[in-house]
Amino acid sequence: MALSQGIMAVSVPAAALLSASSSYSAARVQTASSSLPALGSRRGLAVRASSAEQSANFGPSSQKLWTPKITTNAVAAKQEAAASTGAKGPGHELLLYEALREGLEEEMERDPHVCVMGEDVGHYGGSYKVTKGFAEKFGDWRLLDTPIAENSFTGMAVGAAMTGLRPVIEGMNMGFLLLAYNQISNNCGMLHYTSGGQFTIPCVIRGPGGVGRQLGAEHSQRLESYFQSVPGLQMVACSTPYNAKGLMKAAIRSNNPVILFEHVLLYNLKETIPDEDYVCCLEEAEMVRPGKDITILTYSRMRHYVLQAAKTLVNKGYDPEIIDIRSLKPFDMFTIGNSVKKTHKVLIVEECMRTGGIGASLRAAIMENFFDYLDAPIGCLSSQDVPTPYSGPLEELTVVQPHQIITAVENLLAK
Amino acid sequence: MASQVWRRTSKLLQQSASLAGASTRQAAVPLSNAFHQKIFSRDLTIDIPTPFKAHKCDPPSLSVETSPEELMGFFKTMYSMRRMEIAADSLYKTKFIRGFCHLYDGQEAVCVGMEAALTPKDCIITAYRDHCTHLGRGGTIYEVFAELMGRIDGCSLGKGGSMHMYNKAGGFFGGNGIVGAQTPLGAGLAFAQKYLKVDGVTMALYGDGAANQGQLFEAMNISALWDLPVIYVCENNHYGMGTAEWRSAKSPEYYKRGDYVPGLKVDGMDCLAVKQAVAYAKTHALAKGPFVLEFDTYRYHGHSMSDPGSTYRTRDEISGVRQERDPIERIRKLLIAQEIATVADLKNVEKEAKKAVDDALAKAKESPQPPLEELWSNVYAKSLDAEVYGADRKEVTVKLT
Repeated sequence: MALSQGIMAVSVPAAALLSASSSYSAARVQTASSSLPALGSRRGLAVRASSAEQSANFGPSSQKLWTPKITTNAVAAKQEAAASTGAKGPGHELLLYEALREGLEEEMERDPHVCVMGEDVGHYGGSYKVTKGFAEKFGDWRLLDTPIAENSFTGMAVGAAMTGLRPVIEGMNMGFLLLAYNQISNNCGMLHYTSGGQFTIPCVIRGPGGVGRQLGAEHSQRLESYFQSVPGLQMVACSTPYNAKGLMKAAIRSNNPVILFEHVLLYNLKETIPDEDYVCCLEEAEMVRPGKDITILTYSRMRHYVLQAAKTLVNKGYDPEIIDIRSLKPFDMFTIGNSVKKTHKVLIVEECMRTGGIGASLRAAIMENFFDYLDAPIGCLSSQDVPTPYSGPLEELTVVQPHQIITAVENLLAK
Repeated sequence: MASQVWRRTSKLLQQSASLAGASTRQAAVPLSNAFHQKIFSRDLTIDIPTPFKAHKCDPPSLSVETSPEELMGFFKTMYSMRRMEIAADSLYKTKFIRGFCHLYDGQEAVCVGMEAALTPKDCIITAYRDHCTHLGRGGTIYEVFAELMGRIDGCSLGKGGSMHMYNKAGGFFGGNGIVGAQTPLGAGLAFAQKYLKVDGVTMALYGDGAANQGQLFEAMNISALWDLPVIYVCENNHYGMGTAEWRSAKSPEYYKRGDYVPGLKVDGMDCLAVKQAVAYAKTHALAKGPFVLEFDTYRYHGHSMSDPGSTYRTRDEISGVRQERDPIERIRKLLIAQEIATVADLKNVEKEAKKAVDDALAKAKESPQPPLEELWSNVYAKSLDAEVYGADRKEVTVKLT
């Protein structure tokens, strides 16, 4: 396969694949083209120097690209709560998968090291159209149609990331990434640590997950609970076009491996997003609706069910505070904690299974940190611990429904 | 030609001196003057005895070009590696090294011969039997010992251990614990080399046990599809832990396993054969795409220090290989036959190497344990301000850096 025309001319010295020296003698500490910090100082905080130097060789700073003005404040102020998050000025309306596409396209234009690997991402345009039109624009070498071999192409992406490339791995369905669990856990998550900080893995793993419309058990999995205890990984979940684009861009720019969880039923969500360039903060939670009676913590598709339930709750006179936690690992305990201190009651609404899900960890974290502020036990609504059935009504029973959210809030507030 | 030889010489000298444990990791320690006088800067052509077996390609010639300096370098490097591994054996038995320790003695010719044909632009990734490969890529004996003992001066700050040694500047990507998982990583490294137009290849090493992993075939398929400059190197030491190759592989012809990927089977106990094969494979990989090399080699120790290595093979077999095929003895005989060095010269070299290893070991034993803050450092590439509690969940938290 010929190298495509899509690669911008990158002025990287030929020998600087790893910002390595040209002599491979034992003097690996002092090198010609870069300065790895001396071994003695390569402890703790000094590690930052190596990741900065990595980006100095391969990142945008070495290429004199236009740096756009970035708005990093993703948390809506009290006046701008609910439906249109963050739209200032005219903006443009699009669907969530188009927002993902926009974010990915902007990052691929900005940095020639970004490439996409996955099944049917290139010529087919992506099974959910997130990469539609990219193969024609960026070429076969940056939109890589892989064979159906998740274990190896995830491993390949990790290996490429070790050298400074920034691959975006698409799992056609997140559930398929279970085949690559070893690569994600052992190599992706742990290499930065086991190499003593020498290598960073700036890759993004993304794909649709969650319960869809009668897709069957194996295609309705929620992988956030399986990956949450892998050290070294960051996990975020998008829920609106605004945060989808912002999180996609932030994840690509991050030097950590980030898993971006999308939801299969949210791809056609419509919203108006800003025209100007913006990036969301990966570790920040989003204040969706400020309130004072109860804190409802949620993410991904359940956010929309919570908002639906909130309409009824508000009509009944309640004032729920709704936070989309977005960052599944690590939790934004600052935003969450401030809310708990204000409302003293918490309800978690999630799509994970009850056992070992994100809600289970979040409950423990809140209890541990903010026990004295709680007036009631933390409520947690999760999916049933069953494989998702094919039958429509049964499938509805496995996930949380808005009426259950209303009942749970009323019960909690009655205590 | 002569200038090439001297450049190669100085590199090898630097390399072998670095193996001798230059503790400050700076200038090379030169060999003694008397020895220098005996070296002639001439080229040598040696005919290697064991023919190559080729799969879908023409085998390279059996006449290998080398030089006295290169052969001396082979001897000194392999001998240092052998001493290092034997020292690691005693360290393990005296409980300085814990956990898993997989020793490479017997297989030194593979990594040393490979380095002779590679440049710093090439990448190497291997499995857990990586102490000597780390040295070959520019690491020092001191940092290997320190890492094995979990000290702060180890190559991974003591946090990786025997199976996780890396050298970014030298193009060494580890050091992987899970069998076979490094082969897709190797394909990824080759992908990056092609993407970034670096004139280099990736050597993805694995063993006969890992040769049965599905992900290896997946990686071969993708690399052949995209013409990636990757060379899959099977270090066939005939035992996958305790299971002999004839009991685990229906077809133990690992060099043919690539099917559409050409391959070569090589006597892995012969440095010069390894060098020739790797140079040949590198030319192919840069021009046309992946290649498979199978090195017929042998490990004297068991799979790891927990394995005596004698329950699944006879002691006669082990001592037989040591007598007839030992890589260091082969080079020794060659050096003496070619009159490059006398027995006394080689004894001196051995003494120097042994002393260097002992010095490095003594120094490494003095190296301090990592401070407690290291537990939480390098988890993420930048500080997330994520807080971590101590084990009892009561102590002041630490911010993850």
